[in-house]
Amino acid sequence: MNASVNTSRFSRRAVLKGSALTVGFVLTGLRTSAFAQGATGVSRVLDTNEVDAFLAVNGDGTVTVFCGKVDLGQGLRIAIPQIAAEELGIGVDKIKYVEGDTALTPNQGRTSGSNSIQRGGMQIRQAAATARKALIGLAAQRLNLKPEDLIATGGEVRPKAGGAGIRFASLIAGRQFNLKLDPQAPLKDPASYTIVGKPLPRPDVPLKCNGTATYIHDFTVPGMQHARVIRPPAIGATLISVDEASVKNLPGVKVVRIKNFLAVVAKDEWTTVRAARVLRAQWSEWSGLPAQDTLVATMRADPEITNETLVTKGTASAPLPPGAKQLSASYFWPMQSHGSIGPSCAVADVRTDEATVWTASQGMHDNRVTFARFLDLPLEKVRLIYLEGSGCYGMNGHEDAAADAAIVSRAIGRPVRVQWSREDELGFDPKGPPQLIDISGAVGADGRILDWRTEMWLPQTTRGLLNIPLLGPEAAGIDQVHGLNPGQIAQNGDPAYAADSIQVIAHWLKSAPLRPAPIRSPGKPANCFAVESFVDELAAAAGFDPVEFRLRGLKDPRAIEVIKRTATLMKWQARPSPEPDISAAVARGRGVSFIHYKDSETYVALAMEVAVERASGRITVNRVACAHDCGQIINPDGLRAQVEGGILQTLSRVLLEEVKFDRSHVLSVNWSSYPILRFSDVPDLEIDLVDRPNEPPLGAGEAACATVGAALANAVYDAAGVRLRTVPFTPERVKAALNSNAS
Amino acid sequence: MPKYNLRVNGSVRTVESADADKPLLYVLRGLGLTATKFGCGVGQCGACTVLADGTAVRSCRMTIANAQGKAITTLEGLGLASKPHPIQTAFINEQVPQCGYCTSGMIMSAAALLSEKRKPSEGDIRLALDGNLCRCGSHVRAVRAVMAASGQRG
Repeated sequence: MNASVNTSRFSRRAVLKGSALTVGFVLTGLRTSAFAQGATGVSRVLDTNEVDAFLAVNGDGTVTVFCGKVDLGQGLRIAIPQIAAEELGIGVDKIKYVEGDTALTPNQGRTSGSNSIQRGGMQIRQAAATARKALIGLAAQRLNLKPEDLIATGGEVRPKAGGAGIRFASLIAGRQFNLKLDPQAPLKDPASYTIVGKPLPRPDVPLKCNGTATYIHDFTVPGMQHARVIRPPAIGATLISVDEASVKNLPGVKVVRIKNFLAVVAKDEWTTVRAARVLRAQWSEWSGLPAQDTLVATMRADPEITNETLVTKGTASAPLPPGAKQLSASYFWPMQSHGSIGPSCAVADVRTDEATVWTASQGMHDNRVTFARFLDLPLEKVRLIYLEGSGCYGMNGHEDAAADAAIVSRAIGRPVRVQWSREDELGFDPKGPPQLIDISGAVGADGRILDWRTEMWLPQTTRGLLNIPLLGPEAAGIDQVHGLNPGQIAQNGDPAYAADSIQVIAHWLKSAPLRPAPIRSPGKPANCFAVESFVDELAAAAGFDPVEFRLRGLKDPRAIEVIKRTATLMKWQARPSPEPDISAAVARGRGVSFIHYKDSETYVALAMEVAVERASGRITVNRVACAHDCGQIINPDGLRAQVEGGILQTLSRVLLEEVKFDRSHVLSVNWSSYPILRFSDVPDLEIDLVDRPNEPPLGAGEAACATVGAALANAVYDAAGVRLRTVPFTPERVKAALNSNAS
Repeated sequence: MPKYNLRVNGSVRTVESADADKPLLYVLRGLGLTATKFGCGVGQCGACTVLADGTAVRSCRMTIANAQGKAITTLEGLGLASKPHPIQTAFINEQVPQCGYCTSGMIMSAAALLSEKRKPSEGDIRLALDGNLCRCGSHVRAVRAVMAASGQRG
């Protein structure tokens, strides 16, 4: 390639093409180099304590918002500008938006945990409030008026009493605020909002519908080569030999081998696909995975468990009062894949003294540290730029693909695009962890929970681990920090309802069969499945209607409201489960579940109507009703899309998904061996959004996911009188449950 | 190197390929028509759906040799930025895509359906889109968009 082409030119291109989607604003002519340099020629401020890290007032009357959180399709590209525009006092059409670039956007942490609005967005709101206060102060001096007599609106500060205002650009454009985020800067009264709370359309949607959106998969740089990495046939196998002659008939193919890292490189993608197919390589035998059918027993009997008491409240009365019933049950949630529709892809340009990596990763700044470390470059010489990928819900193969691209680029001295295959994505993406949950408890005849004990077996999170080890560096023998990070998977192990005694114990496992990583709503779909199924078991044992049983145990009015609204949507008819005709050929029933997400965030109640066909074991979900309270709603349509998506994706996980493996490798490597939900499986969805403008906005990407498993299991119990305690609810498993119940 | 004349989005494009079995998907993406996405390579996900003589096909399963002589339409050629196809307008109005990686294929499948059936039922739509996988859960909106594009309210 042309050695004079410098990285910053690529970077500007990337900003123009991908990461600087504007809101109702034409990007043409935007000099993005000004971002990298700062309007006054100084570097961008990236300190999250500084207003300038988040906001820049431009000379043309626009304001640029710099957001460290990235949009994966969840709507931040409109929601964050809505927050900033509202708080500043400017039209949302005047906001330019830059996301996820380690050179341009501050480190607001990974885009994870449903935190982008409730933490990232609130940082930006406070920055905007601080900026507004400063702009009003500047205008007060110029106009010789008191700040309290001025208002910031429409991109200018003007006297409340009327008269000419001063444009933001005239007050500060070309200069920095040089202000710390002021926690005391007054926030606008939500009653005065004109932008927050509106269902404004997402700016990326038209581009995605007309084919002009640039995904990481579509991004190119001059001189870029295409590569495919050849993963071992057995996960832990080592590379014995490579027969480079096997690809000699394919023109221009280069083989890159670094220890156990093996890749083929060519000028065009199809040639690399063919080369990856025909390249002959000999790998060692390896069979280090446990037998899948022993996984549960292996987890329970792991000799290296660390026990931790997560919750301990009250004491159970002993002996239990007359009429009390004691129950116990065991639940299991299997390993699952992110199942991204597009296999992971990345582009890297690694030079001897600097590196630029274009990636769809959700953790730009974290990965910058990781990449600098394994590329042995100073942190300031490594830049990661976000480009949207195929939907990721925690950590799929994006980071691994980026590391692959960096390794190959460094090896050949040219920019490289690595595209994973479908088999690699499902075979090697980090997996949602397996979770085994035992619950025992007791319920009184009056419907009060007398005792509750949850024990969970789950992979631990290694403290202080920035990133889980990546495949490429591992194979290439590059030193990495080892450890596990499945996310905050132990939350919501306790019921939200009043109980005399609650204990939650975590048995932390030091290892997991396949690399675990956070997957949407980490751990909570499993925990809520177990907890809310068991609540249902207690309600049934005590002879209570499931909705009534829950309401009796709750005091929090927001919790009560979502359950009541869900019951209303569902036209819920109160009666204990199961319904009387459980032996019908097609048994019908309804179930409900509830979560107060992470015990402190969003409230969700969800109910379902299902039909269970006895002969086939097939479950059909006909209707889902969900009431959702995440506090102040920034953009109701974006929020609704998140709730819809969360429900459907988790329905897919509950009905269909389990990563199958043998002793050597993953067996679920295509869409027949790892099926996901299809259009024909999709139920009617009714969603009721509770808006509380005066409450803080909370996360909405994950909470609804958590409620799906239990609502479905409880509906199946209501319909057919059997409890499903192992996910997924395949027809075989349903039939087995029906048969064992009948016998 | 053998040359192939393809009719893509109304223009004739001459493409060289040493491999007659090169999938149309890679040919299109090589022409800069990157709306058509690689998803699985074996016709299981629908992300690479394009129209060949008006019929929805998986471009990962159609070879360059077989694509010759057919009128190929990709998302880029379905409508104009100034005058989008009704299905594109409906997808935008209903705010269907989340990550949007599957959207191109979904729109092409829907366009093929609408060219066959002016007023498809909801069942027809679900059937036509059943081979288009979506992971973000945009299904409900997609069905609503196809209903709207055919002048029906779902």
